[in-house]
Amino acid sequence: MQLARVIGEVVSSMKDANLVGTLLVLQPIAASGAPAGRTLVALDSVGAGVGEHVFFVRGREAAYPFYPAEPPIDAAVIGIVDHWDLEDDARPEAK
Amino acid sequence: MQICRVVGTVVSTKKNRKLEGAKLLLVQPLTLDGQPRGVALMAIDAVGAGVGERVLVVVEGKAAGDALGQKAAAVDAAVIGIVDTVDYRDDA
Repeated sequence: MQLARVIGEVVSSMKDANLVGTLLVLQPIAASGAPAGRTLVALDSVGAGVGEHVFFVRGREAAYPFYPAEPPIDAAVIGIVDHWDLEDDARPEAK
Repeated sequence: MQICRVVGTVVSTKKNRKLEGAKLLLVQPLTLDGQPRGVALMAIDAVGAGVGERVLVVVEGKAAGDALGQKAAAVDAAVIGIVDTVDYRDDA
């Protein structure tokens, strides 16, 4: 899994019949909160919105939250982050 | 598997129900000589690891689900061991 910030949504009308729900644009972030790596699109399973910090899962397991549907996806948002704590003093609060 | 250091913990109230009760850790992958390599990832904790410890992390969905004790769980990484020591030879 990885931390990310939701920075947008994708609207798609013509799509796979199993692809139901909100498609979120994610910017993965490092532990410091700084952007890290390429943006991606993930299917939402928890009701996350733009601006929130979330964590997402990659791979075949991304489809599990939507069981018994089997959406053809490779990334899903599976949690909204309240906050995360680092070993040093930095303590970024999820907004 | 990867050798990582636990650098933080993540708190999430609203999450997939299969993750309820799971401890969520931020782990930083390390090189063999202990230098950070790449970006920190999140893993569920299966062994009671704490911040600052060196751990063994599996980055694969099926194995991570097994470590969590849940079938068909939406996880892709799990801490499956706490590293005591790593012995290696550069010239091996």
